[in-house]
Amino acid sequence: MKLLEYEAKEYFKKFGIPTPEGRMVESSEESRAYVEALGKPVVIKVQLPVGGRGKAGGVKFADSPSEAAVVAEELLGMTIKGLKVKKLYVEEKIDIVNEIYLGVTIDRNRKQHVVLASSEGGMDIEEVAAMAPDKIVRFYVDPVIGLKSYHANFIASKLGYRGGMMRRFAAFVSKLFLLAFEMDAELTEINLLVEVKDGFLAADARLNVDNNALYRHKELGKRLLDSYQGELTEREMEARIQDLTYVELDGDIGIIGNGAGLTMATLDTVMLHGGKAANFLDLGGGATPERIGKAVKFILSDIRTKALFVNVLGGITRCDYTAEGIVAARKELGINKPIVVRMMGTKEAEGKAILKKNGIDTLDSMEEAAEQAVILAGGDQ
Amino acid sequence: MVRFIDKDTRVVVQGITGDQGLFHTRLMLNYGTRIVAGVTPGRGGQEAEGVPVYDTIREAQETHGIDASIIFVPAAFALEAALEAIEAELDPVVVITEGVPVRDSIELVAKANLRGITVVGPNSPGVIKAGESKMGIMPAKVFKKGNVGIISRSGTLFYEIAAHITKAGLGQSTCVGLGGDPVVGLDYIDMLEWFQEDPETEAVALIGEIGGDAEERAAQFIKEGGFTKPVAAYIAGRAAIPGKRMGHAGAIIQGSTGTAKSKMDALKDAGVSVGELPGQVATALRDLL
Repeated sequence: MKLLEYEAKEYFKKFGIPTPEGRMVESSEESRAYVEALGKPVVIKVQLPVGGRGKAGGVKFADSPSEAAVVAEELLGMTIKGLKVKKLYVEEKIDIVNEIYLGVTIDRNRKQHVVLASSEGGMDIEEVAAMAPDKIVRFYVDPVIGLKSYHANFIASKLGYRGGMMRRFAAFVSKLFLLAFEMDAELTEINLLVEVKDGFLAADARLNVDNNALYRHKELGKRLLDSYQGELTEREMEARIQDLTYVELDGDIGIIGNGAGLTMATLDTVMLHGGKAANFLDLGGGATPERIGKAVKFILSDIRTKALFVNVLGGITRCDYTAEGIVAARKELGINKPIVVRMMGTKEAEGKAILKKNGIDTLDSMEEAAEQAVILAGGDQ
Repeated sequence: MVRFIDKDTRVVVQGITGDQGLFHTRLMLNYGTRIVAGVTPGRGGQEAEGVPVYDTIREAQETHGIDASIIFVPAAFALEAALEAIEAELDPVVVITEGVPVRDSIELVAKANLRGITVVGPNSPGVIKAGESKMGIMPAKVFKKGNVGIISRSGTLFYEIAAHITKAGLGQSTCVGLGGDPVVGLDYIDMLEWFQEDPETEAVALIGEIGGDAEERAAQFIKEGGFTKPVAAYIAGRAAIPGKRMGHAGAIIQGSTGTAKSKMDALKDAGVSVGELPGQVATALRDLL
């Protein structure tokens, strides 16, 4: 789950990470009133779940309350990457001495948290990593020991800080790591981290939280669907609401499988036979007839779907449940699009019998079924 | 050296009284797995599928010799269940549970490593020694005793390819589902090292998918001579779109890394026979053996 800057900064403040003074606003009047109260020049930034807002003109400065109102009005009317701007973050303008990058993420191969720091802030960190790897400090955190003060001191010292600034930067690192750990962050980063006269400020904030850990952060779980804005298509959003694992693709063969690997292989097999999948839909393990019916209805009701290919390998998932779900969904919708079913495993014979009784043939091999689905989808072209 | 299972491995099922735990305990017992005890806090003193249930592993160990654990508890309790098994020196610890937070996986894998214990998963379909014992949720009927080892990140795709191997007249030795999460205990390379030494394995099927670079690293390991038996591979996700998660938390293409093509190319470059279709893994293995 990706938080917006102003949401991430709420957590930064909670963990004692210094940020410039700022507030989220939703109208030009709010913007004006806030800048009047603040009494300082500000930067106003659009709050969207997409990158590249600076380049898109979504970051502007204002020196007075009246200017803040005008700028806010202008930004609130913008659409960036298809998303209408509804929220802004108004923040005091900072006198920058130096721009730094600091992030914490997870290295999946090493199975550790890694702290990344660079004195080349402001740039794309991937670019810095490629162009000047020596400008990045990478510190891998021992999961049994954790990140201690001497680790943070090491990172600060490696970035070239001495004396009081070393200690202040180290404290910053420790706090960001604590936030990353406590908030189950897949990634938290500050780009820009601003060096000012006597310390550091997080001028930007990113916080992506592990969805599997949302049960530990209930206040975020409620905002999960909102956070998908801009990342998901309309149908993908609808699928999330229905609790279906669905990815929209641009073909015309609907695909339902169980298990991510098998479902992906189903897409690939359809592609190899010259067809194009309209979607990826993974039932997961142990789907009930109701859940299968819901998935079938979701795909059949997509006008782009010319044929449906259901590929189920029953381990935890039962073939009879799959068959019941398909039959019920088709009856309910009354849509007679061709359906190709390949099923194998738990309750296979029962599942096949149910389908046969309802006029749906099954195939034993995924390759043959894919071929069949491609033929059926092309039938009315 | 990783250690695995056979017909003599004595197993405890953690979370034995839940729906999944109970259902799969029955199937594992049918297959021949030597399940000696179950653990569910609050259900001590009961029986499940004829297996005595205890509140803790420690109590189960007072009565039974136990070698290994399989975990079915809900995600929020998986870390503690795994730590309980690790502290009891059970090996391997197979975590079937889906949806474990990455932070918990990092901790449990690090602590298992400290004790030299193998963790399979989380989010794994488990381990099977064909014809002897299974600690997992894989359908038994697609497996037949033989000499092909299987390593897979995915579950159902693993069964699909196992079925092809059996249909091709071959069979399996030990097969492991690594798990679909970004952080899991076992890697392809750990398994390749184990299969290299395993006298019952003459060839390996390596089943991968988009995301991360575990398959590329396995290819490098093979190329450098770390594994010398024949390997056939299949990689899922050629039709995937960068940036979109395809179900598994680990199955996401980020930037230019983790694509099916980069994995297939790396494996081919290491001399591995890479199938375009899942079934081609089986035909390749038949030719290689």
